[in-house]
Amino acid sequence: MRAAGLRGIGAHRPANRVDNTEISVRLDSSDEWIRDRSGIVTRGIAGPDETVVEMAVSAGGKALAAAGVDPADIGLVMVATCTLTHAIPGASGRVGARLGLRNAGALDLGAACAGFSYGLSLAADTVRCGTADNVLVIGSEKFSDILDPYDRSTAFLFGDGAGAAVVGVADVDGISPPVWCHDGDQADILQTVGNPPILRMEGQAVYRWATTTLPGLARAACERAGVEIGDLAALVPHQANLRITDSLVRALKLPEHIVVARDVVDSGNTSAASIPLALSRLLEAGEVRRGDQVLLLGFGAGLTAAGQVVRCP
Amino acid sequence: MTATAPELLTGLTEIVDEICGSATAEKVTLDATFDDDLQIDSLTMVEVVVACEEKFGVRIPDEALENLKTVGDAVTFISDAGVAA
Repeated sequence: MRAAGLRGIGAHRPANRVDNTEISVRLDSSDEWIRDRSGIVTRGIAGPDETVVEMAVSAGGKALAAAGVDPADIGLVMVATCTLTHAIPGASGRVGARLGLRNAGALDLGAACAGFSYGLSLAADTVRCGTADNVLVIGSEKFSDILDPYDRSTAFLFGDGAGAAVVGVADVDGISPPVWCHDGDQADILQTVGNPPILRMEGQAVYRWATTTLPGLARAACERAGVEIGDLAALVPHQANLRITDSLVRALKLPEHIVVARDVVDSGNTSAASIPLALSRLLEAGEVRRGDQVLLLGFGAGLTAAGQVVRCP
Repeated sequence: MTATAPELLTGLTEIVDEICGSATAEKVTLDATFDDDLQIDSLTMVEVVVACEEKFGVRIPDEALENLKTVGDAVTFISDAGVAA
């Protein structure tokens, strides 16, 4: 079987930044209250023209450029999103058309905040099996469309943005088999209600599930990848809440030399977009380099989660 | 044999010490409120509860959390749940 790896990463961060002060007015809270509960300082909020599709096109185009892959050589595009406000059509067809992916299949992927991790895994297997030589995986979310600005559980937590990766044939395998799990019995603690949909979350229940599930998932993912935790260059968990990341770091007794992605501070929780956004920031800052091994952990609504170790492009 | 209230209070104090530090642990009494007196917010409270579940072998459901206002409430809940010493 062929080997698959990351070839390039792309990010789209909305230019419009919204800080805590602006949000806290509607929540009868404060910048300090929001920072204490989430670590978040600011987040990108998309403009009217920055739709899920447009942000995906932007991030996807940058990933293609970073990978040096011609759009015609993409065999499949997957868009992970949970913030389209309609069911039909999905985003992937339009994204494929806008990027000129004329030889690609197109599909949307659910799995919410774990969508990018699931997408990477499916993309890697698609490449390994020879179904496609290159797959474009995109996470794109516009939470500002489905937030209740007066909801003290969610209004300050989520942001907008998109991130993408090209997965292609590699000399050495650079995307480990995933470890994944789900807990559908608790599905209703993080869901949309009504039409148009509005996000509702039981924060304590989600926090409990995440902080009790992630340490085991992280260890299992490393074990399946054949990697010692101490050999990782970085930990890039889904950027849900800095408190969850910090709890995970404590539980794993993570050695200090391992870089921990904390993009949530500047981006908020961008669900399926958060892992590629956080990884692209580490690459841009030179905190990780080509070939470095990074543990990705996606987790969220469903409830569903997936983790894998990847090598940086 | 069931753990006594003083034993549960000691155990809870150890948990608060581990999660929040000794300055907070020194303020633990049966009457101390988690939010105002100990400054334990809703997410830290989840960590305290998960630690209690592990230490005392009880299940404290999310629905019960909002009723645990004071350390004494937690001691009573754990005691009623029939924790073994």
